[in-house]
Amino acid sequence: MNASPAPYLGRVQFGATTEGLAEFEAEVDRALETHGYQDSEAFAIRLAIEEAVANGIQHGNRRDPAKVVDLECRVDSDEVFVAVQDQGEGFDPAAVPDPTAESNLEIPSGRGIMLMGAYMSEIRYVPPGNRVEMRYRRGAQSEDR
Amino acid sequence: MSAGTARINVRNRDSGVVQVGFAEKRIADALMIQQIGDEIGKVVDGEQKPRLLLSFRNVDFLSSAALSMLIGVNTRVKAKGGKLRLAEIKPDIYQMFKITKLHSLFEIFDTVEEATKGF
Repeated sequence: MNASPAPYLGRVQFGATTEGLAEFEAEVDRALETHGYQDSEAFAIRLAIEEAVANGIQHGNRRDPAKVVDLECRVDSDEVFVAVQDQGEGFDPAAVPDPTAESNLEIPSGRGIMLMGAYMSEIRYVPPGNRVEMRYRRGAQSEDR
Repeated sequence: MSAGTARINVRNRDSGVVQVGFAEKRIADALMIQQIGDEIGKVVDGEQKPRLLLSFRNVDFLSSAALSMLIGVNTRVKAKGGKLRLAEIKPDIYQMFKITKLHSLFEIFDTVEEATKGF
């Protein structure tokens, strides 16, 4: 009987830049490969991580170098869990304008949240909105994709 | 003629189309995106009526910030009465354009050859 690979657990913090994020994503990529995820699934998960961290730094902490964005990631053979928390005041995701509306197509913002929602199976903003928790379940991607 | 810069490579095609490729496989970091946007902006500024073709052959990963930069480039090109086309976008990245409906904002072609026809 083949035993499942051990779950991967990773955690990293960022200041005012995403320095080190590419290396962390490469580590997550290796864990995804170990657990048999496809390349397109790895792309989706990497993108969601990237967008959540970038939002935390830019919109949450407003690039304050005294604040941190905490990223936690867990990978097993059934699902990927990602949590990103900043030290900002939070926000209401429902108040973000729909970037796909005809009148908003040329507005250069708001797409990160949308992409995270489209690529992940589940996304939850913990009040007051400075923590986002996302899950990618195999075979249960959002129907938006 | 070819001109090299840090983040992009520029090729002036015989047809008058300026073809831009990317040196980086991963376009996600905010500072890098700003640098790329600035470099493309200089290319646009150097043309009277730019016909700009961006080739993503080398690019494996984009963030939404990179999409925003492309929207800015498009606005800048259109302001000069020019045209912007995109080509050689890998399927995972094209999916991002579809999800965000930006595939309806940009002219996107499978190959550089197709993109240069009737440009």
